[in-house]
Amino acid sequence: MAHPTIAVLERQLTSYRRLFWASAFSAFVLPVLFVLSIGVGVGGYVNANGGLDGMDYLSFIAPGVLASTAFQMAVGESTFPILGDFRWTRGFHAMRATPVGVRDMVGGGLLYIVFRVLVACLAFLLVAGLFGALHSWWTVVTPLVCGLLGAAVAAPVTAFSATIDNDNYFALLFRFGVIPSTLFAGVFFPVDQLPLLVRPVAYASPLWHGVELCRSATLGVAPTWPVALHVAYLLAWLVVGYLLATRAFRRKLEN
Amino acid sequence: MVTTLITGTAVRAGLVSPSRIGAVINRNIGALRSGPSYWLVLVSGFFEPLLYLLSIGIGVGALVGDLTLRDGSVVSYAMFVAPAMLATSAMSGAMAETTFNFFFKMKYVRTFDAILATPVRPFEIALGELTWAIMRGSLYTAVFLMIMVAMGLASIGGALLAFPATILVGFAFGALGMAISSMLRGWQDFDILMTSQFALFLFSGTFAPISNYPTVFEVLIRITPLWHAVEMVRAITLGTIGWATLGHAAYLAGMMAIGLFFTGRRLEKVLLK
Repeated sequence: MAHPTIAVLERQLTSYRRLFWASAFSAFVLPVLFVLSIGVGVGGYVNANGGLDGMDYLSFIAPGVLASTAFQMAVGESTFPILGDFRWTRGFHAMRATPVGVRDMVGGGLLYIVFRVLVACLAFLLVAGLFGALHSWWTVVTPLVCGLLGAAVAAPVTAFSATIDNDNYFALLFRFGVIPSTLFAGVFFPVDQLPLLVRPVAYASPLWHGVELCRSATLGVAPTWPVALHVAYLLAWLVVGYLLATRAFRRKLEN
Repeated sequence: MVTTLITGTAVRAGLVSPSRIGAVINRNIGALRSGPSYWLVLVSGFFEPLLYLLSIGIGVGALVGDLTLRDGSVVSYAMFVAPAMLATSAMSGAMAETTFNFFFKMKYVRTFDAILATPVRPFEIALGELTWAIMRGSLYTAVFLMIMVAMGLASIGGALLAFPATILVGFAFGALGMAISSMLRGWQDFDILMTSQFALFLFSGTFAPISNYPTVFEVLIRITPLWHAVEMVRAITLGTIGWATLGHAAYLAGMMAIGLFFTGRRLEKVLLK
C-alpha cells in the first residue's frame, strides 16, 4: 500500500481528474489574454514612455504574473476545498477512519497544491516564452520557486481554513491579504515606487519574494536580497504554516 | 427606466407584487446578518476598488504617463482607468451575487424551492435577487465615486450622474448573471464563466483604448457588453457625453430586459416542474 501521504495526494488527483481539462484551458487561456491586454496593450504606453530602466514592460510583468498565479492558485486551493472537506463533504473525518494521519492530510494536500501550481506555471512559461518575455536559462528554476511559494502560502492558509467555520472569513482573507499582495507586491510596478512607509508591508508578503526570485531568474540578474534570504523567508512560512495546520487539524478532528 | 416599466406593467397585470419581492430581499439581508463578522465583510468590500485604483491608476499610471484620446484630449492614466474600474466593479459586484450565490441557493441549499412553498413566484424571486444584488453593489460604487471625487478624477456633477449609470450597469449584468446561472450544470461551468468575465475585464477598453487593437478585435469588442458600460461611465466622468452615450445605455437596458425575461422563464421551468 502506498504511503498514507501519497494516498491523500492520489485522492485529490482522482477528484481533480474531472476538472483537469477545464482548468488546463483556463490556465493556458488566461495568461495569453493577460499578456495581450496588459503586456502588449498597456506595455505599449509604458515602453513609449521610456520603459522600466530600458526593460520592456512585458518582460517586467511576466515573471510577476507567473508568481502571482502560483500565489492565487495556492490560496484558492487551500481555502474552500479545506473548509469543504471539514464541513460539507467531511472528507477529513472519513480519512480519520483510515491509517491516514493528520500529517498525511496536510502533507498530501500540500503536494497536490504544488502539483496544480506546477501545471499552471508550465502553461504560463510556455506562453511567456512564445511572446519573448523570457531572457535567461535561469528561467528553468522558476517552477521550483513557484512550487515553494505555493506551498509556503498554502500551508498557513490551510491552517486558517481549518480553524474557521464560516466561509465569510475568506472574503476578509482575500480583501486584506491576497488582493493587496497581488496589487502591491511588485507584480505590476516596482516596489520602490511605493511610499517608504508602505514598502515593508510589501516585503512582508511571501508573494514579493516569489516575484523577486522569478524576475531575477527570467531576466538573468541578481535579486534585491541574497537568494538564500528570499528562500529562507519562504521556507519559514512553509514550516510555521505546516505546524499550525497540523495543530489545527488535530484540534478539529479530536472529538 | 426599463425595470420600473416592466415591473410596473407586471404589477398592474397582477403578475408580481412589490411586497413579495421585498420579502425575497429581506431574506437575503437576514441571511447575510446570520454570518459572523458581517459588518467587517460588508465594509471591507469598500477597500477593494480603492486598492485597484491606487495600484493600477497610480502605480502603473506612473509608468504609463498621460494618454491622448481619439478626440485629441489628453488625460492622466488614472482618469482613464478609474471609470473603467468603476464599471467593472459594478459588473462584478452584481455578477458575484447573481452567479455564485444565486446558483448556490438554487441548486445546493435549495432556498428557492423553500421560497416557492410560499406565495412568492419565480419571476418575483428573480426581481428580488436582482434588486438585492444592485443594493449591495451600489454601496460600493457610491464609495468608489466619492474616492474618485476626492482624488480629483471626477467632478461632483459627473459623479452624481455616473451613479445611476453604474446602477444600470449592475442591473444589466445582474440580469445576465441570473440568466447564465439558471443554465449552469455544475461548479465546473464556473471556470468558463470566470474566464469569460476576466476576458471582458481585460479587453473592454479598460486598460488601453480599443483603437490600439486590430480592426477585427475592435469590432468584436464593440459587440460585448462591458465595453458599452465602460464607454458610458467614462464619457460621463470625463464630460464627453454624446448620442453614443445614450446608445450604450440602450444596449444595457435591452440586455437587462432580455436577461430578466429569460430568467423568469427558466426558473418557472426548473423550479415548478
